[in-house]
Amino acid sequence: MAKVFGAVTIDSMHCKGCELCVVACPADVLSLQPKEVNDRGYRYAFAAKPEACIGCAACATVCPDACIEVYRVVDRGN
Amino acid sequence: MEEVKLMKGNEAIAHAAIRYGADGYFGYPITPQSEVLETLAELRPWETTGMTVLQAESEVAAINMVYGGAATGRAVMTSSSSPGVSLKQEGISYLAASELPALIVNVMRGGPGLGTIQPSQADYFQATKGGGHGDYHLIVLAPSTVQEMADFVALGFDLAFKYRTPAMILADGIVGQMMEKVVLPEQRARRTDEEIRRQCPWAACGRGDRSHRNVVTSLELDSAKMEENNLRFQRTYREIEANEVRYQEYYTDDAEYLIVAFGSVARICLKAIEDARAAGHKIGMLRPITLWPFPYAEISRLAGRVKGILTVELNAGQMVEDVRLAANGAVDVFHFGRMGGIVPNPGEVLDALNKHFQVEF
Amino acid sequence: MKPEEIIRPENKVYSRPRLLTDVHTHYCPGCSHGVVHRLVAELLDEMGLAPKAIGIAPVGCAVFAYNYIDIDWIEAAHGRAPALATAASRLNPDRLVFTYQGDGDLSAIGTAETIHAANRGEDITIIFINNGIYGMTGGQMAPTTLLGMKTATTPYGRRADLNGYPLAITPLLAQLDGTCYVTRQAVHTPAAVRKAKAAIKKAFTNSVEKRGTSVVEIVATCNSGWKLSPAQSNEWMVEHMFEKYPLGDLKDVESKA
Repeated sequence: MAKVFGAVTIDSMHCKGCELCVVACPADVLSLQPKEVNDRGYRYAFAAKPEACIGCAACATVCPDACIEVYRVVDRGN
Repeated sequence: MEEVKLMKGNEAIAHAAIRYGADGYFGYPITPQSEVLETLAELRPWETTGMTVLQAESEVAAINMVYGGAATGRAVMTSSSSPGVSLKQEGISYLAASELPALIVNVMRGGPGLGTIQPSQADYFQATKGGGHGDYHLIVLAPSTVQEMADFVALGFDLAFKYRTPAMILADGIVGQMMEKVVLPEQRARRTDEEIRRQCPWAACGRGDRSHRNVVTSLELDSAKMEENNLRFQRTYREIEANEVRYQEYYTDDAEYLIVAFGSVARICLKAIEDARAAGHKIGMLRPITLWPFPYAEISRLAGRVKGILTVELNAGQMVEDVRLAANGAVDVFHFGRMGGIVPNPGEVLDALNKHFQVEF
Repeated sequence: MKPEEIIRPENKVYSRPRLLTDVHTHYCPGCSHGVVHRLVAELLDEMGLAPKAIGIAPVGCAVFAYNYIDIDWIEAAHGRAPALATAASRLNPDRLVFTYQGDGDLSAIGTAETIHAANRGEDITIIFINNGIYGMTGGQMAPTTLLGMKTATTPYGRRADLNGYPLAITPLLAQLDGTCYVTRQAVHTPAAVRKAKAAIKKAFTNSVEKRGTSVVEIVATCNSGWKLSPAQSNEWMVEHMFEKYPLGDLKDVESKA
């Protein structure tokens, strides 16, 4: 059976910490930084559980600041 | 061979617009200028030059269509009469602030309010001192003949594009409605897309292969930049004042008294002056053709030579303020005006001269 | 697989649209405008329309849209975008002209311009962001504000007797002969975003193919104005806004044919 591996990169400087990606992620990959903020004072999003990512791009689809890019690899086991 | 036609001033505007190669006209009916839109509709320029003609849902929409069209670099115009021009002031201010060329025609009727449909010159302040909000000027041309109605379309557009600022033809209901002989200009081709991109590198007409986007806006929240924008507008206005003052003098060489009048009223005054001269009185006249920029220097020069100045206007005394500024106390400046759509006859002008300057006829 | 093995150009499935300028938007965190801007930027690029696009920006929160999408823009006076678009489109018939307007701009001060542009069937796309509030000026009542909804000018909630009823303007536009496509969408979930994108794509296609006026209403949130978090705003929108402004196509001449 094919296995899907995903990963996201988040432009932490553009992120405003709105949390909509966190809500949208079906695999609970994303969180807001608990303490750290970016230059503009926002607790930005990051992949807290990157290994769970399936590369579905739900996070990027709802991101109002276009700061998430998504990568996906489908491993068909051959 | 010259083509001489007989037509109304409003009709001449329409013919001249097509022949200039204007790209679009956006208007809304209001007396006494509806013949502009009616004539354009009858001439169907969209089938010949490709000019767009549209009856908008309001004067507000019409001027904003002008704004949208002008922003793409097209030669666009609107026409209306006083109450409608009041509605257009929003768009006119935006045009000035966005440094867009456009032509606005005001065939003035008596106000304030709904007023009357009869002729007036009571929008002088509105046209020359701003009209809408903010520090700006329009180039204001005042035709006194049907021929000038036709000629000022091209002049207005050319000045508007030269200085990237809206221009206005400020006509009164008489010039709009009366019929006269007119020689129409030659038909010019509308500019091509390439010509527009060359002439108007600022136009928001789609990026094409341009390396940067063009944005036409009047908004700037940074006060320092907004002041810089205003200073740029003012530099343009000073340049226009230096280069574009237009006027016509009549019998000023030996004049002892001077009349200042514009538009159709200047023609009534000219008749009065000729009658006065027949009786041995040396009256002269200066007719401002550009109401802004105003011929301050010329009037100032004449004010030093004459014994008195009378302005004759279809209003309660508007241009007289500029004439007084020009005279700067060198000589008394009086005003004679009729309002409510009443047009004085030459005899009334002579009476006014008599009243103020004791010139017996 | 390790992230560094996955994060390679050949594996990229979602990129920041090239037409979005590299600036911080002035929008509040979680604002729906950002998502719609992204969709517009994606579509103009994917459809190859960026060189011929002319956007008309409104007055309201989206006033600075021209700073964010790298195409030619004209900034309109409040409510006048459809009038500008009318002329820009008629005088430049081979361009794509679209307006981007909020609920105050489109359904209050610009009602006349909107209805008449749509009724004339101007070949333009109108993107209409309806979040039931005036965001830019600080959260005052909009025509689309729901009954009972608190705003800066209805601090005790909108009352029909004092403030009139919420205005659903897109059904009015759908009745006009000049409109070819009128739809209401949202951008609160990935699925909704994908449908909204398809709707805007259809609208742009209609405009390019001169089919008349297309209107895409996006029922949106204003979490600052609503005084909720972005996620709570989406929930509130689903619970309250969708009743008055249900999603779906209101008119699609193409599908009828």
